[in-house]
Amino acid sequence: MKLVIGIVRPEKANDVLEALYRADVRGVSLSRVQGHGGELDRVETYRGTRVQMGLSDKMRFEIAVSDPFVEPTIDALCEGARTGEVGDGKIFVLPLERVVRIRTAETDDDAVTPVGS
Amino acid sequence: MIDTGDTAWMLAATALVLLMTPALGLFYAGLVRSRNTLNTFMMCLAALAVATVAWALVGYSLAFDGDGGLLGGLDHVLLRGVGFEAREGTKIPHLLFMVFQASFCIVTTALVSGAVVERMRFGSFLAFAALWSVLVYAVLAHWAFGGGWLQAGGTLDFAGGVPVEMGSGFSAMAAAIVVGARKDYGRQALLPHNSVYVLLGAGLLWFGWFGFNGGSGFSTGRPGILAFTNTLLTPACTLVVWFLLDVLRDRRVTAIGAATAVIVGCVGITPAAGFVSPAAAMLLGAVAALPSYAVIVWRPRTRLDETLDVLAAHGVAGFTGILFIGFFAQEKWNGVADGLLFGDAGQLGHQALAALVAPVYAFAMTFALLKLLGLATPLRATEREEALGMDVVQHGEEAYASGEGAILIHDEPPAAVVP
Repeated sequence: MKLVIGIVRPEKANDVLEALYRADVRGVSLSRVQGHGGELDRVETYRGTRVQMGLSDKMRFEIAVSDPFVEPTIDALCEGARTGEVGDGKIFVLPLERVVRIRTAETDDDAVTPVGS
Repeated sequence: MIDTGDTAWMLAATALVLLMTPALGLFYAGLVRSRNTLNTFMMCLAALAVATVAWALVGYSLAFDGDGGLLGGLDHVLLRGVGFEAREGTKIPHLLFMVFQASFCIVTTALVSGAVVERMRFGSFLAFAALWSVLVYAVLAHWAFGGGWLQAGGTLDFAGGVPVEMGSGFSAMAAAIVVGARKDYGRQALLPHNSVYVLLGAGLLWFGWFGFNGGSGFSTGRPGILAFTNTLLTPACTLVVWFLLDVLRDRRVTAIGAATAVIVGCVGITPAAGFVSPAAAMLLGAVAALPSYAVIVWRPRTRLDETLDVLAAHGVAGFTGILFIGFFAQEKWNGVADGLLFGDAGQLGHQALAALVAPVYAFAMTFALLKLLGLATPLRATEREEALGMDVVQHGEEAYASGEGAILIHDEPPAAVVP
């Protein structure tokens, strides 16, 4: 089992969701985050004040999957999120010690397998 | 001969109508996604800028100088000859008449932006708005208000069913076709980002509409009072019927539906405001809800990304209102003409003519104008810009900037503060 974390452009989040759906990956958590990954800074002007926006808005996907689903998940994230420009984001894959589904107390692989599959 | 009472009311009415443009900005801004909030609002402010200038330069003259059949003259170009003396047919100063009419041109130009928000380049929109306010609005205003062939032929249009409502609604349809759909249209749910803006905008529009309709009699006399009254009655009835339609469709009354109903009701009564009895105005409110509701349900299922439904809310409701006059105009109330139900079937013919000609002219002229403009400059932003949002791309600002991670840029060292 792995925890796959994908940081992607907010405007590509829907494409990523579509790609994950097509890869039969269900069970996703999404959050809005701000960060910096070396992309060019954006300059904005408010009346007399000019500012360099050092942080960009990103979406953070967190997906816990069983081993056979690790590669499809990574592929889906790349496919949905890539534009080819600096700032497309990163994927981090972490080992996962234990998973519990609260409703049934199922653990590990059973707990990350979607209901009804 | 100037009447001070009329003049005082018309000064206030003009200010009320001017409020409608930022109110529309709020209404539209709430209906788009958050990353396009400022751009959407700015399109309405842009109309305040360029439509006003175009109106003073040439639009007013083409609309209101003389009573030529198709177009006015050029004697009022740059507002020449527009002064303190009473405008013909009214007891208010010519300057005030001009400003009141300018506020109509501005809000109508802003209305059309609803068809192209979230994708049209700001610069192209500025050029389009300036040209549209002259080529479409001023021409239709001349036909319906300025002594042009529709008015001379007997068509009744109290406050702008022809130039304002059908003019904007059918132009919006053409603009949506030429500019094309947003890249995500039909693939993703594109939802309103702030429904409270929408409700507040609709409320302020209704408030301003009392000046719009109530001022279109140019006096404190009977037509103005009747129009003012009907501006309360009609939208109230549209709201009630809209609630019922919402309940029938989905068992719940929606807030954005209610905001839309306010607009549809105000639009419906606009052409008829000073011509029909209060009871007929209430009936109009109920009747006008039906076709506009149907178009609003139908349009998103098509490929036509007429984004904020200007066609349904303005074009269709204006069409309903113009035709309604042909049935329910009552000389006892308006002192001018009777409709079919009160014995004059001919009036319905005059109204039907306007209901046919105005949409055709507005659609064809806007279509041609945007096609030509598109040859000179790209009309829309790139897909990538659309994805980033028009606020950041077109204006370099965000509506909801947090300021986190923003670093001040000093072009030059700050000037020393002298104690």
